[in-house]
Amino acid sequence: MMTPQTLVRARNLNVKFVSRDATVHAVNGVDFDLAEREVLCILGESGSGKSVTLRAIMGLNPRAKTVMSGELKLCGEDVIAASEARMSALRGRQASMIFQEPMTALDPVFTIGRQIAETIVRHEGVSYKAAMARALELLELVQIPSAKRRLEAYPHELSGGLRQRAMIAIALSCRPKLLLADEPTTALDATVQIQILLLLRRLQQELGMGVIFVTHDLGVAGEIADRIAVMYAGRFVEEGPVRDVMRAPLHPYAQGLLGATVHAGLRGKRLTTIPGAPPDLRDLPTRCAFAPRCPMVENACRSAVPELRGPEPGRAARCIHVAQAAQAA
Amino acid sequence: MLQLPTMPDRGGPAQPLLIVKDLKKHFPLKGGLFGAGGKVQAVDGIDFEIRKGETLGIVGESGCGKSTASRLIMSLIEPTDGEIIFDGEKVGTSALPLKEYRRQVQMVFQDSYASLNPRLPIEESIAFGPMVHGLNRSRAIPRAHDLLTAVGLAPAQFAHRYPHELSGGQRQRVNIARALALRPRMLILDEPVSALDKSVEAQVLNMLQDLKAQFELTYLFISHDLNVVQHVADRVLVMYLGRVAEVGPVDSIFDAPRHPYTQALLASRPSMDPDQRRTEPPITGDPPNPVNPPSGCRFRTRCKIAEDVCASATPPLAEVAPMHQAACHANVTASGHSLAPREAA
Repeated sequence: MMTPQTLVRARNLNVKFVSRDATVHAVNGVDFDLAEREVLCILGESGSGKSVTLRAIMGLNPRAKTVMSGELKLCGEDVIAASEARMSALRGRQASMIFQEPMTALDPVFTIGRQIAETIVRHEGVSYKAAMARALELLELVQIPSAKRRLEAYPHELSGGLRQRAMIAIALSCRPKLLLADEPTTALDATVQIQILLLLRRLQQELGMGVIFVTHDLGVAGEIADRIAVMYAGRFVEEGPVRDVMRAPLHPYAQGLLGATVHAGLRGKRLTTIPGAPPDLRDLPTRCAFAPRCPMVENACRSAVPELRGPEPGRAARCIHVAQAAQAA
Repeated sequence: MLQLPTMPDRGGPAQPLLIVKDLKKHFPLKGGLFGAGGKVQAVDGIDFEIRKGETLGIVGESGCGKSTASRLIMSLIEPTDGEIIFDGEKVGTSALPLKEYRRQVQMVFQDSYASLNPRLPIEESIAFGPMVHGLNRSRAIPRAHDLLTAVGLAPAQFAHRYPHELSGGQRQRVNIARALALRPRMLILDEPVSALDKSVEAQVLNMLQDLKAQFELTYLFISHDLNVVQHVADRVLVMYLGRVAEVGPVDSIFDAPRHPYTQALLASRPSMDPDQRRTEPPITGDPPNPVNPPSGCRFRTRCKIAEDVCASATPPLAEVAPMHQAACHANVTASGHSLAPREAA
């Protein structure tokens, strides 16, 4: 019971979306483990496969069109083989998810209190009254002022920041071991974003949750992550501890992303850019997917997809220019 | 490529290109649960100038009125009160009719897809404005191709495409090319890079800097991203709930902000250093609803140094450093705020 459990284990995870016109290779061989109490940020641009990876863990990709292969385990359960009924039992209990846009994630015709209580009754089988009492505690936990009054509020009556807090309260209602967060602060104003980030960090520590946090913003990742995985064209191209990835990224794409992120001290200088655009995932390249945009490209980059290479324990990048440390005996 | 003449500089270099005086826009609230009579004070009395050749950045959170201000300046909506003076002439008078003014001021919007006609190839979209202003199609189309080249899109490859065949970054380049088609002197850029990925954002920002020099432009750059504004702007104007909180040179604002709101906004940025993470949010709560703004200083409900005077009197924009003004009672001599400078004896 006390030994650290692996919350998520992915090995060669592939997610394809198949339709009559085309097959989109959204996730192409992702490997990772998430330990208890660990915060992993998946960093990537639109279309990199970061949200699809997150939804795969919850079994939220549309079943009829999605083909998954490889291994994906949530708290030891095989997500790829699990039935919809089994997934429904896992959701909320083992893992829950928060989204970018709380207005569309919350139901507009029910009060906040009722939406939270409903989740608790459904998963824990307690009375509605007990669930409502717990809903009040949860609103206080996420620091919603005048929580008692807010139980009776409808989503449209709340500001963006309070709505996001209410969604977090619903996600935490069954004390999940894993919280999946899909750009939860992107739609918020700067002064509200930092409040929500700090709240999530505090809750993660107090409740001892594992968190996978998807973002496109390096600064947000720096505030919350233990480890960062950089995603490009459906693959993890770099993974490592937050300090190392933010200070000295190994992969040319991660380096480009850091250079292209506008921050103080660049005034009047030209920003480093990454030329071109990401590949079309309907026609997945059989070489390094970043090669056409890479300043360090060589012929060898065009022959095969580079393996993950680790210069030191805990760090890895899919680039032939990264030194492979000798395997420690 | 000069087939539409550039508009002449009338007032000389000392004349600000744009002067905004006491601009107001109140949107009436009709009916609703609480009856008629309410109004949203989206922009409530703002004054500022934009000098020739500079980039003025406007920052603020949602609902602060920055987009309403840009639409007022573009004359897309009628102001409730106030006036706009372009190069010494009042906009909408016989000296500067609206059609002439709009040739000189063009706008780029955040949503690159919604701002292009989905049924027109992009060369037609770019040529449309010049044709309205009397240029022949046979001259407007080659001109559109020149502009596509200027924004880094090869005409042979892109001119005949429709908006849905382009990526977000490419569409935003088309919008910029279209804005330049009338040879304007000023561009209003309303969150032009907010919807773009980081690597594309950097490409577009670099291009905007190049175009500014190439076409001798003046920019009004609106953004919620402080890092982007710090990178592009010469001067910065901070808005809060329809009013100006602080305005000044970019270095002065970012190095020594004097309004508590600007200070909080700057302190809300992620630190970019995992060893120096933020520990306390600089301010709590969300911006209040502009339908019913607080009396006096509008920021007082979230301000750490608010006192009685802040509720009773509206703070004036007062000089706090060279060219740098802030609307906070704590900076106004003898305002009654305990942190205010004392009156000289």
